[in-house]
Amino acid sequence: METMKLQKQVTVSTMLDPKILVPAIKSAVVKLDPRLMAKNPVMFVVEVVAALTTVIFVRDLVTGGASLGFTFQIILWLWFTVLFANFAEAVAEGRGKAQAESLRKTRTESQAKLLTGTDRTYRMVPGTSLKVGDIVLVEAGDNIPSDGEVIEGVASVNEAAITGESAPVIRESGGDRSAVTGGTQVLSDWIRVRITAAQGSTFIDRMIKLVEGAERQKTPNEIALNILLAGLTIIFVFATVTIPSYAAYAGGSISVVLLVALFVTLIPTTIGALLSAIGIAGMDRLVRFNVLAMSGRAVEAAGDVDTLLLDKTGTITLGNRQATAFRPIRGVTEQELADAAQLASLADETPEGRSIVVLAKEKYGLRGRDMHELAATFVPFTAQTRMSGIDAGTSSVRKGAVDAILSHVEGGGSRTVASGNTVRSVATNTSPEAREIQAIADEIAKAGGTPLAVAKDGKLLGVVHLKDVVKGGIRERFAELRRMGIRTVMITGDNPMTAAAIAAEAGVDDFLAQATPEDKLKLIRDEQAKGKLVAMCGDGTNDAPALAQADVGVAMNTGTQAAREAGNMVDLDSNPTKLIEVVEIGKQLLMTRGALTTFSIANDVAKYFAIIPAMFLAFYPQLGVLNVMHLASPQSAILSAIIFNALIIIALIPLALKGVRYRAIGAGALLGRNLMIYGLGGIIIPFIGIKAIDLAVAALGLA
Amino acid sequence: MTVIGWIQIILYCAIVVALVKPLGWYMTRVFNGERTFLSPVLRPVERGIYWVGGVDERREQHWLTYAVAMLLFHVGGFFIIYGLMRLQALLPFNPAGQGAVAEDLSFNTAISFITNTNWQNYGGESTLSYLVQMLGLTHQNFLSAATGIALAVALIRGFSRSSVRTIGNFWVDVTRCTLYVLLPICIVYALFLVSQGMPQTLGAYVDATTLEGGKQTIALGPVASQVAIKMLGTNGGGYFNANAAHPFENPTALSNFVQMISIFVLGAALTNVFGRMVGNERQGWAILAVMGVLFIAGVAITYWAEAGGTSTLQALGLTAGNMEGKEVRFGIVASSLFAVITTAASCGAVNAMHDSFTAFGGMIPLINMQLGEIIVGGVGAGLYGMLLFVVLAIFVAGLMVGRTPEYVGKKIEAREVKMAMLAILVLPLMYLGWTAVAVVLPSAVASMANAGPHGFTEVLYAFTSATGNNGSAFAGLTGNTFFYNLTLASSMFVGRFFMIVPAMAMAGSLAGKKSIPPSAGTLPTTGGLFVGLVVGVILIIGGLTFFPALALGPIVEQLASNANTLF
Repeated sequence: METMKLQKQVTVSTMLDPKILVPAIKSAVVKLDPRLMAKNPVMFVVEVVAALTTVIFVRDLVTGGASLGFTFQIILWLWFTVLFANFAEAVAEGRGKAQAESLRKTRTESQAKLLTGTDRTYRMVPGTSLKVGDIVLVEAGDNIPSDGEVIEGVASVNEAAITGESAPVIRESGGDRSAVTGGTQVLSDWIRVRITAAQGSTFIDRMIKLVEGAERQKTPNEIALNILLAGLTIIFVFATVTIPSYAAYAGGSISVVLLVALFVTLIPTTIGALLSAIGIAGMDRLVRFNVLAMSGRAVEAAGDVDTLLLDKTGTITLGNRQATAFRPIRGVTEQELADAAQLASLADETPEGRSIVVLAKEKYGLRGRDMHELAATFVPFTAQTRMSGIDAGTSSVRKGAVDAILSHVEGGGSRTVASGNTVRSVATNTSPEAREIQAIADEIAKAGGTPLAVAKDGKLLGVVHLKDVVKGGIRERFAELRRMGIRTVMITGDNPMTAAAIAAEAGVDDFLAQATPEDKLKLIRDEQAKGKLVAMCGDGTNDAPALAQADVGVAMNTGTQAAREAGNMVDLDSNPTKLIEVVEIGKQLLMTRGALTTFSIANDVAKYFAIIPAMFLAFYPQLGVLNVMHLASPQSAILSAIIFNALIIIALIPLALKGVRYRAIGAGALLGRNLMIYGLGGIIIPFIGIKAIDLAVAALGLA
Repeated sequence: MTVIGWIQIILYCAIVVALVKPLGWYMTRVFNGERTFLSPVLRPVERGIYWVGGVDERREQHWLTYAVAMLLFHVGGFFIIYGLMRLQALLPFNPAGQGAVAEDLSFNTAISFITNTNWQNYGGESTLSYLVQMLGLTHQNFLSAATGIALAVALIRGFSRSSVRTIGNFWVDVTRCTLYVLLPICIVYALFLVSQGMPQTLGAYVDATTLEGGKQTIALGPVASQVAIKMLGTNGGGYFNANAAHPFENPTALSNFVQMISIFVLGAALTNVFGRMVGNERQGWAILAVMGVLFIAGVAITYWAEAGGTSTLQALGLTAGNMEGKEVRFGIVASSLFAVITTAASCGAVNAMHDSFTAFGGMIPLINMQLGEIIVGGVGAGLYGMLLFVVLAIFVAGLMVGRTPEYVGKKIEAREVKMAMLAILVLPLMYLGWTAVAVVLPSAVASMANAGPHGFTEVLYAFTSATGNNGSAFAGLTGNTFFYNLTLASSMFVGRFFMIVPAMAMAGSLAGKKSIPPSAGTLPTTGGLFVGLVVGVILIIGGLTFFPALALGPIVEQLASNANTLF
């Protein structure tokens, strides 16, 4: 799947890729079918008037009319206007089509091992015949026939087909990594899979449809914009159809082709032509980020997000806590504590345990020792004891939760209390050492760390400071989000004190501590009740309700099937930090639409100054004053305006595909900047462009 | 242009702006149903009205009910005026013995007054009895103004409320507006006008012997009471045919100045009501600033054009500017200012003949109306018209900050855009469409007083004025013909109600939405950038619509006039 990988780096230069360009030209002609054009009201109107003038031209050709050469050129450019619009859409679609093509190759016609009983007996059936609920066996080397849920077994799976990532991932039953995707390949071991999607509606099928734009529906904002454009078109119908009557009053007459030229240049053809290309390109940008949006609506909503819910672990902090300091009690040296802590962690394979060994080595030069040499046995962590360590001969070293260690050194000195539905022993130990340990532990907790007490041979030594390490650069990202007007909320299972400390360090605006799935759901609903749009990402089955409730729910591809169904986007890389990019892409999409609409409308000023004097000059020569561009002749003025109107579509295709860059500089500054470029620029550029075309038209003797 | 002239213009603006806050505060209280200093007197009257009308003042209406109530109210108003005019000869208070008014003229006048247009195809003193003036016209002047304000308040409620289905009660809003706002001001105002020399009598017309020994009949009547609401309610229908140029309808320079202020004062104050109701007065000031920029630009152009006169006048040694069609009492500044104010607002009262302005000087009143009379505008109508443009401006440019557009916490979506477009669409359809018909219909062309571009402008002005519910006439055009009576009536009707119904639908849709609290990502709608943006959108979207028509009317006329070609 190297092509997919490459695709990610390719940018707008694909526009010049003949593989996309040639089919796009063909497709531009096919799209002239009025049934397809009708979806785009502005361009449909252009096609109708182009057809109308063509009919009139043919009539004039037969009966013999005046200035046929000029009329022919106008009509030619009218058709070009329509074709350029279709071409823009075709180019945008083309990039998706190339992607869909490579996806299709993965959808091999595989045989599936349909399990017939409870044991491992199966019969071979074609993958296409599988129904939802069937259970299949997939062994090393087999392709997974369809989307499903692993119900038994563990296997490494190559998911390059959808993610472009060649490193295999683990899929196992239970837990949050149970979903498998049809078309991916099992590399080792075996799994039993319950099929969850019928043929034609699998993840890859949906992905193909999405990138091809086959299922593209107009988004709410696109619909609203289309209404505006249609309304403007109608206004310009009124403005132009009344002109012949006004001219007749003044004793002149105006030909249909001139009116059509004025009309087509006035209606917002630029944005009308590029609108669908902008939408397709937005989806496409997400795909290149390896995020699949299930609908364009979701992409738009991403731009509007007010509140971002982020899981602490993996998004804000590195996945694991790390030991950062040894805090001995009085009478114990750091060296002693580090030594004991290292001993207790030698056989501890958890990331926390390993980080203690690493810290001891880095800070005190303590080398790792061999368990066999020490003749030690490992005492693993259990939910009951909540501590781990080693026993070597008569000596024992333990590290663990502070209260657990305190009750451990006290021996029988603890009592068992019931609090809520958990039974835990509370140390009644009130020795000075215990109080000191407790004090250090509180201090660490307040700073957002996790304290881990260490004891050797029943004697308290001190506390290891485990710390959540905030990802580098994340603070700046949050500051940027704040400038965008987005509030970030950290979700964590930690206690409020720890959560507050990490929240402060990471620079999030708020946090939800000891969060249960219900809390998450409630938080989202509360925000939405305040009129805010909420985005979140999640992977577990218990995230599913929140993912479904959120306006933008990004499910991790590694997550469960339930999560993937509930979200409206899937991140193939399973990188929760990407939510931020998703928001930016949404904003970019909306900005591009606004910028090109503004540009398109602003263009009309210059077109009026080109066409109005040219049109009325015959009977009101005084209006020649309005020819501020000093265009060569009335005919070349009109021709130049219509040529500019068509060429600007082609010129803006790269911008439509690439999108207007979003900058987190605050809405006011951003608007000011874009108004200067696309508003003021939109007024000035056509004056220059039309003049330049007029010079060329005059030089070539076209009019 | 003179310094004194500009001082007068600046003084005018300063007084209007100074009145915005106190009036805005008072009107907000009135429409929120809070107590005011007039409550002890008016509250019992208000209750009495509800009791008689069977209105439950606590019961609010869905936008559709609100709009239907408004429409029914106008059907009633139409039949009262039409009936009074047709039966005039049989009714009392008719000292001049006026006969029944013709069917088409009665129809036109009835539509004209219920739509707050006050287009007049008749001469008041030669057509109507005192009873019809008072019971028909003055009465509708109050109610059409109150309706406009009520509708604006209903739209404001759409913006300021969150997740509700109702936008207020039409009957309550109209009653409160009339009782607490219009009547008290008009009583004081009418007394002031009387003090300036305006008649207020039910006595008969007076015959006078002129110096030459001829006989002149001097028309009188209950003038002051009608003029007060004519100005305050931006109705504009003159008691006399000469409107505010008539010495009895505008006796002094002071009455002229106060009349100009009274045209703008409620419309300007409504922007403050908007700001207060949406919870940020600066939102209101921003809208007033948009209006202010467009207004000052218009005044500057008209004043410059009139003060400069034409090259033909200058060739004759008349360098003091264009005084044709102006009252010497008022001069160029007060006439230019009055013309821009009356067309910026949807008043339509005139103290000079716009037909006699220079082509550019007369083009500004035309543009003011073609933009939809949103520069302060008609009472209420100006604000809801402006809010429609703001919605469009926000929608187009708001996307450029990377969010779906929102205004004062409300998302602007397909339904709002649709309603705004519907409301704005009907205006060019009426004034461009009917003009296109009229200029090629020989019988309609015969009504023009002038040929060429000037005649064209007369027709365009008439339909624009009617569609915009302004009512001012360019003069020159003979409007009392069957064709113009009907086509102008249709323009007035469509221009009023086809704009109101979509605006109310928008109010309903907005009220049902949640209010989004502003953030750093929200487009700021209180600063200079926003003001510039809205001005730009108004000029481009509005201007593009009628640029061809203007080119064939005033623009070509001015260019010709510069070369001493007159029409």
